Amino acid sequence: MLALILCIVFLLLLVIVTAYAERKVAAFIQDRVGPTETGPHGILQSVMDVVKLLQKEDIIPSAADKRLFALAPIVMFAAVLAGFAVIPITPSAIASGAYLGVFYLLAIISLDVIGLLMAGWGSNNKYAVLGAMRSVGQIVSYEIPAGLAVLSVVMICQSLDLQEISFQQGILMNQFAGLENEVNYLFGLKALDLDVTHVGGITTWNIVRMPFLFIAFIIYFISSLAECNRAPFDIPEAESELVAGFHVEYSGFRFAALFLAEYSMMVLVSLVAVVLFLGSWNTPLPNIGSVQLATWTTGTPGALTGHLWGAFWLLAKTVLLLYTQIWIRWTYPRLRVDQLMHLCWKVFTPIMLVLVLLAGLWRLWMI
Amino acid sequence: MKEYISSRYNNSFFSVVGALLKGMQLTLQHFFRANKRREPTYVSDPNYFKQPEGLVTLTYPYESLPVPEVGRYRLHNEIDDCIVCDLCAKICPVNCIEIESIKATEDIGITSDGTKKRLHAAVFNIDLAKCCYCGLCTTVCPTDCLTMTKVYDFPETDIKNMIYHFTDLSPEQAQEKRQKYEQQQAEITEAKAAALRAKQEATRDKGNI
Repeated sequence: MLALILCIVFLLLLVIVTAYAERKVAAFIQDRVGPTETGPHGILQSVMDVVKLLQKEDIIPSAADKRLFALAPIVMFAAVLAGFAVIPITPSAIASGAYLGVFYLLAIISLDVIGLLMAGWGSNNKYAVLGAMRSVGQIVSYEIPAGLAVLSVVMICQSLDLQEISFQQGILMNQFAGLENEVNYLFGLKALDLDVTHVGGITTWNIVRMPFLFIAFIIYFISSLAECNRAPFDIPEAESELVAGFHVEYSGFRFAALFLAEYSMMVLVSLVAVVLFLGSWNTPLPNIGSVQLATWTTGTPGALTGHLWGAFWLLAKTVLLLYTQIWIRWTYPRLRVDQLMHLCWKVFTPIMLVLVLLAGLWRLWMI
Repeated sequence: MKEYISSRYNNSFFSVVGALLKGMQLTLQHFFRANKRREPTYVSDPNYFKQPEGLVTLTYPYESLPVPEVGRYRLHNEIDDCIVCDLCAKICPVNCIEIESIKATEDIGITSDGTKKRLHAAVFNIDLAKCCYCGLCTTVCPTDCLTMTKVYDFPETDIKNMIYHFTDLSPEQAQEKRQKYEQQQAEITEAKAAALRAKQEATRDKGNI
């Protein structure tokens, strides 16, 4: 219960910061100043937006399917929030240490689609239905390359437990029950005979343990943009053609919940990318000889230092990915529907199939 | 169509990725230049037309581009110099100037350029909500008392406040001047009538003799 409350509070804070960052980064990229009036440098703008939304009248269109309409934002937010349960925050803090964490996460991310479709269909509005249809088509398609990218990581790590995957990517590997005698070789190649188990840092991240996972990471990241309806894959929301897509009829608190779900989804996919590819809560600094950078910036797992360093590194990497998401949004124009499907089915899926095969081969070379 | 595109653009994988990265680099450059910004410099400043890097927005109420001293925005009438000739009201294409004059009964002084003032302005209103800022009134003004100033930011919450009253007479004073003028007119009329009567009487007397 405490974990849930902490998670919601943390998520709300992160979402508010992201929404503020979104406006500020957009402004800076376009040579504007962004919000400046509410608080110093406008930092209270997002808070004020939330307050405004909560004060608004709750409007349900008379022709809407009332139950679906009312339920959709809750379904979406609950689905995304449930995903945070299996994300390891620090070496010893994880809300639910499920052995099938990755599997569960993929299921949760898919569940988001149902909320979207409910919102679009329940609104009884042609733009909303069109938006929801596009969104479902897009998310279901992009789940395949994203799923294959996750699969290649799972094949390398031989585990569906996100905490175990995290431990494998750093100097603490041998402290995890079941991994006591494991050895990390540079690039995962035993033939190179360079033991980096105690070097840690970036050398043991998944994208270095199996260098081709970097391509998988890029593909996962782009697919995750499509899965959370971010630009350049925001055709479900396409302001210029569909007004606002599936949430065109929503206002007040329900809109706030949809907005929250959308930004939480951004945070969730970034967290998953960090955990699976970028070394989770592990430090990026390696131990070099007597300069024990990795040890110094890891802390003692279980103690306060371990918690702080772990949370810091995880959040730092996540924030970097979130920034990249925002940065991409304000750089690229929106893709057409056919280009979107082309990218997914003709480019990403074949590449990922080859990468899954490579990951299998790599695993054979790792032991 | 397809041939045209492929002949003009290099659609190979690496050139496309290169182009995408170039775009990212461009936006990132703008992001990191956000600590610099455009200064509210005067138009004569050498950097005025060279768009410096960084943010271009001026946070208007707090800072704004300087306007020349001879900016032609809000009208101002220096009532002490005004001879209430009504030329401005006549030339105004949108009829935003309303003038009501009273002839002076006594000497009311001269304007700063030496013109003798003969009229009181009981009403001198300019409705700046109607004004089209053409400046015709300022060109016809014989004493240069009606001018345009550099003030351009004068919004009001009540449109009635957009009517500017330039007269230096209160309604009571105006009424007093009007009465004085009427009284003087009456006196003059009476005096004239008396003179006429006296003349007629004189002729009659002469005739009688």
